[in-house]
Amino acid sequence: MTCSEFLALLDDLIDDAVSPDTRTELQQHLKGCEHCEVTLNTTRKTIEIYRSHEIYELPASLRERLHAAIMARCKKGC
Amino acid sequence: MREKSSHFPWEFSQPKRMATIQSVAGENEQHPDVALVEQVRAGDVSAYDKLVRKYERQVFRIAQHITQNREDAEDVMQDAFLKAFEKLDQFQGNSKFYTWLVRIAVNESLMRLRKRRTGKMVSIDEDVETEEGSVPRDLADWAPDPEQNYSQAELAEILRKTIQGLPPGFRIVFVLRDVDGLSTEETAETLGLSVPAVKSRLLRARLQLRERLSRYFRKKQGGAK
Ligand SMILES: [Zn+2]
Repeated sequence: MTCSEFLALLDDLIDDAVSPDTRTELQQHLKGCEHCEVTLNTTRKTIEIYRSHEIYELPASLRERLHAAIMARCKKGC
Repeated sequence: MREKSSHFPWEFSQPKRMATIQSVAGENEQHPDVALVEQVRAGDVSAYDKLVRKYERQVFRIAQHITQNREDAEDVMQDAFLKAFEKLDQFQGNSKFYTWLVRIAVNESLMRLRKRRTGKMVSIDEDVETEEGSVPRDLADWAPDPEQNYSQAELAEILRKTIQGLPPGFRIVFVLRDVDGLSTEETAETLGLSVPAVKSRLLRARLQLRERLSRYFRKKQGGAK
Protein backbone atom coordinates (compact mmCIF):
# COMPACT_ATOMS: atom_id res chain seq x y z
CA MET A 1 0.00 0.00 0.00
CA THR A 2 1.27 3.46 -0.90
CA CYS A 3 0.80 6.62 1.16
CA SER A 4 -1.77 7.91 -1.36
CA GLU A 5 -3.75 4.72 -1.06
CA PHE A 6 -3.59 5.02 2.69
CA LEU A 7 -4.76 8.62 2.56
CA ALA A 8 -7.70 7.68 0.33
CA LEU A 9 -8.90 5.37 3.09
CA LEU A 10 -8.10 7.72 5.95
CA ASP A 11 -11.69 8.87 6.48
CA ASP A 12 -13.08 5.35 6.41
CA LEU A 13 -10.46 4.32 8.92
CA ILE A 14 -11.28 7.25 11.21
CA ASP A 15 -15.02 6.55 10.87
CA ASP A 16 -14.43 2.88 11.52
CA ALA A 17 -15.89 1.91 8.16
CA VAL A 18 -13.23 -0.45 6.82
CA SER A 19 -13.34 -4.21 6.42
CA PRO A 20 -11.08 -6.34 8.63
CA ASP A 21 -8.86 -7.16 5.62
CA THR A 22 -8.42 -3.52 4.69
CA ARG A 23 -7.75 -2.71 8.31
CA THR A 24 -4.92 -5.23 8.36
CA GLU A 25 -3.42 -3.67 5.24
CA LEU A 26 -3.67 -0.21 6.75
CA GLN A 27 -2.06 -1.50 9.91
CA GLN A 28 0.79 -2.96 7.89
CA HIS A 29 1.35 0.38 6.18
CA LEU A 30 1.30 2.28 9.46
CA LYS A 31 3.94 0.03 10.96
CA GLY A 32 6.44 1.21 8.40
CA CYS A 33 5.29 4.76 7.73
CA GLU A 34 5.67 7.40 10.38
CA HIS A 35 4.24 10.10 8.11
CA CYS A 36 0.90 8.37 7.75
CA GLU A 37 0.86 7.55 11.42
CA VAL A 38 1.31 11.22 12.30
CA THR A 39 -1.32 12.22 9.75
CA LEU A 40 -3.81 9.75 11.18
CA ASN A 41 -3.25 10.68 14.80
CA THR A 42 -3.28 14.42 14.29
CA THR A 43 -6.37 14.24 12.07
CA ARG A 44 -8.17 12.30 14.78
CA LYS A 45 -7.04 14.86 17.31
CA THR A 46 -8.30 17.68 15.07
CA ILE A 47 -11.77 16.16 15.01
CA GLU A 48 -11.73 15.49 18.73
CA ILE A 49 -10.74 19.07 19.55
CA TYR A 50 -13.46 20.58 17.37
CA ARG A 51 -16.01 18.20 18.80
CA SER A 52 -15.20 18.94 22.40
CA HIS A 53 -14.83 22.72 22.24
CA GLU A 54 -17.79 24.96 21.53
CA ILE A 55 -16.41 27.88 19.57
CA TYR A 56 -19.69 29.71 19.10
CA GLU A 57 -21.25 29.68 22.53
CA LEU A 58 -24.82 30.87 22.70
CA PRO A 59 -24.92 33.18 25.76
CA ALA A 60 -27.79 32.59 28.18
CA SER A 61 -29.07 36.18 27.90
CA LEU A 62 -29.20 36.01 24.13
CA ARG A 63 -30.80 32.60 24.29
CA GLU A 64 -33.58 33.81 26.53
CA ARG A 65 -34.19 36.91 24.43
CA LEU A 66 -34.37 34.99 21.18
CA HIS A 67 -36.41 32.30 22.81
CA ALA A 68 -39.00 34.77 24.08
CA ALA A 69 -39.21 36.34 20.63
CA ILE A 70 -39.70 32.99 18.94
CA MET A 71 -42.37 31.86 21.36
CA ALA A 72 -44.23 35.18 21.23
CA ARG A 73 -44.41 34.93 17.44
CA CYS A 74 -45.39 31.28 17.51
CA LYS A 75 -48.19 31.86 20.00
CA LYS A 76 -49.65 34.39 17.61
CA GLY A 77 -49.65 31.60 15.08
CA CYS A 78 -46.71 33.16 13.28
CA MET B 1 4.78 10.57 27.16
CA ARG B 2 2.88 8.33 24.84
CA GLU B 3 3.47 4.67 24.31
CA LYS B 4 4.23 3.71 20.77
CA SER B 5 1.53 1.06 20.75
CA SER B 6 -1.20 3.54 21.61
CA HIS B 7 -0.64 5.23 18.26
CA PHE B 8 -2.58 2.55 16.50
CA PRO B 9 -6.09 3.63 15.68
CA TRP B 10 -7.84 0.35 16.35
CA GLU B 11 -6.85 0.63 19.96
CA PHE B 12 -8.64 3.92 20.33
CA SER B 13 -12.28 3.83 21.17
CA GLN B 14 -14.48 5.46 18.57
CA PRO B 15 -15.18 9.10 19.34
CA LYS B 16 -18.60 9.44 20.83
CA ARG B 17 -21.30 10.89 18.68
CA MET B 18 -23.05 13.83 20.26
CA ALA B 19 -25.85 12.66 22.43
CA THR B 20 -28.25 15.29 21.15
CA ILE B 21 -28.96 13.44 17.96
CA GLN B 22 -30.52 10.18 18.90
CA SER B 23 -30.93 7.44 16.42
CA VAL B 24 -34.22 5.67 16.14
CA ALA B 25 -33.95 2.33 17.84
CA GLY B 26 -36.31 0.41 15.64
CA GLU B 27 -38.32 0.81 12.46
CA ASN B 28 -41.59 1.18 14.29
CA GLU B 29 -40.31 3.08 17.24
CA GLN B 30 -41.22 6.73 17.12
CA HIS B 31 -38.49 9.32 17.51
CA PRO B 32 -39.22 11.56 20.54
CA ASP B 33 -39.06 14.60 18.23
CA VAL B 34 -41.88 13.21 16.13
CA ALA B 35 -44.07 12.94 19.21
CA LEU B 36 -43.30 16.58 20.06
CA VAL B 37 -44.13 17.64 16.51
CA GLU B 38 -47.47 15.82 16.79
CA GLN B 39 -48.21 17.71 20.01
CA VAL B 40 -47.41 21.05 18.36
CA ARG B 41 -49.69 20.18 15.47
CA ALA B 42 -52.41 19.44 18.00
CA GLY B 43 -52.03 22.98 19.31
CA ASP B 44 -49.59 22.57 22.17
CA VAL B 45 -47.07 25.38 21.72
CA SER B 46 -45.10 24.34 24.80
CA ALA B 47 -44.02 21.24 22.89
CA TYR B 48 -42.39 23.53 20.34
CA ASP B 49 -40.66 25.25 23.22
CA LYS B 50 -39.01 21.92 24.00
CA LEU B 51 -37.85 21.48 20.43
CA VAL B 52 -36.39 24.98 20.35
CA ARG B 53 -34.48 24.44 23.58
CA LYS B 54 -33.22 21.12 22.37
CA TYR B 55 -31.70 22.42 19.14
CA GLU B 56 -31.10 26.16 19.55
CA ARG B 57 -27.40 25.74 20.26
CA GLN B 58 -26.81 23.65 17.16
CA VAL B 59 -28.82 25.97 14.92
CA PHE B 60 -26.93 28.98 16.23
CA ARG B 61 -23.61 27.23 15.68
CA ILE B 62 -24.44 26.31 12.10
CA ALA B 63 -25.64 29.85 11.38
CA GLN B 64 -22.41 31.25 12.82
CA HIS B 65 -20.29 28.91 10.75
CA ILE B 66 -22.02 29.88 7.52
CA THR B 67 -22.63 33.60 8.03
CA GLN B 68 -19.52 34.28 10.15
CA ASN B 69 -21.45 37.11 11.67
CA ARG B 70 -23.01 37.28 15.08
CA GLU B 71 -26.01 39.46 14.21
CA ASP B 72 -26.83 37.36 11.18
CA ALA B 73 -26.56 34.20 13.22
CA GLU B 74 -29.04 35.56 15.78
CA ASP B 75 -31.48 36.48 13.02
CA VAL B 76 -31.03 33.14 11.31
CA MET B 77 -31.70 31.25 14.50
CA GLN B 78 -34.91 33.16 15.10
CA ASP B 79 -36.08 32.98 11.49
CA ALA B 80 -35.26 29.29 11.13
CA PHE B 81 -37.34 28.33 14.16
CA LEU B 82 -40.23 30.54 13.06
CA LYS B 83 -40.13 29.15 9.56
CA ALA B 84 -39.98 25.60 10.85
CA PHE B 85 -43.04 26.34 12.99
CA GLU B 86 -44.94 27.72 10.00
CA LYS B 87 -43.97 24.80 7.80
CA LEU B 88 -44.51 22.11 10.38
CA ASP B 89 -47.32 20.64 8.27
CA GLN B 90 -44.76 19.88 5.58
CA PHE B 91 -42.53 17.94 7.92
CA GLN B 92 -42.60 14.27 7.01
CA GLY B 93 -42.60 12.15 10.11
CA ASN B 94 -40.22 9.69 8.49
CA SER B 95 -37.34 12.13 8.24
CA LYS B 96 -35.58 13.42 11.29
CA PHE B 97 -36.84 16.71 12.63
CA TYR B 98 -33.28 17.80 13.29
CA THR B 99 -32.03 17.33 9.73
CA TRP B 100 -35.19 19.01 8.43
CA LEU B 101 -34.60 21.96 10.77
CA VAL B 102 -30.92 22.21 9.86
CA ARG B 103 -31.85 22.31 6.21
CA ILE B 104 -34.05 25.34 6.89
CA ALA B 105 -31.25 26.96 8.94
CA VAL B 106 -28.69 26.37 6.17
CA ASN B 107 -31.00 27.97 3.59
CA GLU B 108 -31.72 30.94 5.85
CA SER B 109 -27.99 31.39 6.48
CA LEU B 110 -27.21 31.36 2.77
CA MET B 111 -29.96 33.91 2.11
CA ARG B 112 -28.42 36.20 4.73
CA LEU B 113 -25.03 35.85 3.15
CA ARG B 114 -26.37 36.69 -0.29
CA LYS B 115 -28.09 39.78 1.09
CA ARG B 116 -24.90 40.94 2.70
CA ARG B 117 -22.70 40.28 -0.28
CA THR B 118 -24.89 41.51 -3.06
CA GLY B 119 -23.68 40.51 -6.47
CA LYS B 120 -21.38 37.89 -5.11
CA MET B 121 -22.42 34.31 -5.65
CA VAL B 122 -22.74 32.39 -2.46
CA SER B 123 -23.20 28.68 -2.75
CA ILE B 124 -22.29 25.56 -0.95
CA ASP B 125 -22.86 23.48 -4.08
CA GLU B 126 -19.86 24.57 -6.06
CA ASP B 127 -16.97 22.29 -5.53
CA VAL B 128 -13.87 24.20 -4.72
CA GLU B 129 -10.88 22.84 -6.50
CA THR B 130 -8.03 23.10 -4.14
CA GLU B 131 -4.89 21.15 -3.75
CA GLU B 132 -4.34 22.42 -0.27
CA GLY B 133 -4.58 19.73 2.32
CA SER B 134 -5.00 16.90 -0.11
CA VAL B 135 -1.40 15.96 0.44
CA PRO B 136 -0.23 16.54 4.01
CA ARG B 137 2.89 18.67 4.03
CA ASP B 138 3.37 19.47 7.65
CA LEU B 139 4.33 16.11 9.01
CA ALA B 140 5.59 17.14 12.40
CA ASP B 141 3.93 15.28 15.22
CA TRP B 142 1.90 17.23 17.74
CA ALA B 143 2.66 17.69 21.37
CA PRO B 144 0.63 15.42 23.65
CA ASP B 145 -2.65 17.18 24.51
CA PRO B 146 -1.50 20.26 22.57
CA GLU B 147 -4.66 22.22 23.39
CA GLN B 148 -3.51 22.44 26.99
CA ASN B 149 -0.79 24.89 26.00
CA TYR B 150 -3.50 27.49 25.42
CA SER B 151 -6.16 29.11 27.55
CA GLN B 152 -9.79 28.34 26.69
CA ALA B 153 -10.17 31.76 25.09
CA GLU B 154 -6.96 31.40 23.05
CA LEU B 155 -7.95 27.95 21.93
CA ALA B 156 -11.42 29.05 20.86
CA GLU B 157 -9.83 31.86 18.85
CA ILE B 158 -7.41 29.46 17.17
CA LEU B 159 -10.21 27.04 16.31
CA ARG B 160 -12.43 29.83 14.95
CA LYS B 161 -9.68 31.39 12.87
CA THR B 162 -8.65 28.02 11.50
CA ILE B 163 -12.08 26.84 10.41
CA GLN B 164 -12.99 30.26 8.99
CA GLY B 165 -10.20 29.86 6.47
CA LEU B 166 -11.91 26.88 4.88
CA PRO B 167 -14.24 27.24 1.88
CA PRO B 168 -17.86 27.44 3.17
CA GLY B 169 -18.83 24.15 1.54
CA PHE B 170 -16.05 22.32 3.38
CA ARG B 171 -16.74 24.07 6.64
CA ILE B 172 -20.38 23.18 6.79
CA VAL B 173 -19.78 19.54 5.85
CA PHE B 174 -17.20 19.25 8.62
CA VAL B 175 -19.50 20.85 11.18
CA LEU B 176 -22.53 18.73 10.34
CA ARG B 177 -20.58 15.52 10.06
CA ASP B 178 -17.90 15.78 12.73
CA VAL B 179 -19.22 18.31 15.24
CA ASP B 180 -22.97 17.64 15.07
CA GLY B 181 -22.50 13.96 14.41
CA LEU B 182 -24.83 13.57 11.43
CA SER B 183 -24.17 10.59 9.18
CA THR B 184 -22.73 11.05 5.69
CA GLU B 185 -26.17 10.33 4.22
CA GLU B 186 -27.92 12.81 6.50
CA THR B 187 -25.34 15.46 5.71
CA ALA B 188 -25.83 14.85 1.99
CA GLU B 189 -29.59 15.08 2.33
CA THR B 190 -29.44 18.21 4.46
CA LEU B 191 -27.17 20.05 2.04
CA GLY B 192 -28.61 18.63 -1.17
CA LEU B 193 -25.25 17.11 -2.08
CA SER B 194 -24.35 13.64 -3.28
CA VAL B 195 -22.77 11.19 -0.85
CA PRO B 196 -19.45 11.14 -2.79
CA ALA B 197 -19.38 14.97 -2.72
CA VAL B 198 -19.84 14.94 1.06
CA LYS B 199 -17.10 12.35 1.44
CA SER B 200 -14.60 14.20 -0.69
CA ARG B 201 -15.26 17.48 1.09
CA LEU B 202 -15.04 15.88 4.49
CA LEU B 203 -11.63 14.38 3.77
CA ARG B 204 -10.27 17.65 2.46
CA ALA B 205 -11.81 19.63 5.32
CA ARG B 206 -10.28 17.33 7.90
CA LEU B 207 -6.86 17.41 6.27
CA GLN B 208 -6.86 21.16 5.79
CA LEU B 209 -7.86 21.78 9.39
CA ARG B 210 -5.19 19.38 10.54
CA GLU B 211 -2.57 21.09 8.42
CA ARG B 212 -3.52 24.54 9.69
CA LEU B 213 -3.70 23.49 13.33
CA SER B 214 -0.22 21.98 13.10
CA ARG B 215 1.16 25.48 13.25
CA TYR B 216 -0.11 25.79 16.81
CA PHE B 217 0.03 22.24 18.05
CA ARG B 218 3.26 20.80 16.71
CA LYS B 219 5.91 19.61 19.09
CA LYS B 220 8.45 22.24 19.88
CA GLN B 221 11.83 21.43 18.43
CA GLY B 222 14.24 20.03 20.96
CA GLY B 223 11.34 18.91 23.14
CA ALA B 224 11.19 15.40 24.50
CA LYS B 225 10.13 12.82 21.95
ZN1 LIG C 1 2.46 6.31 4.38
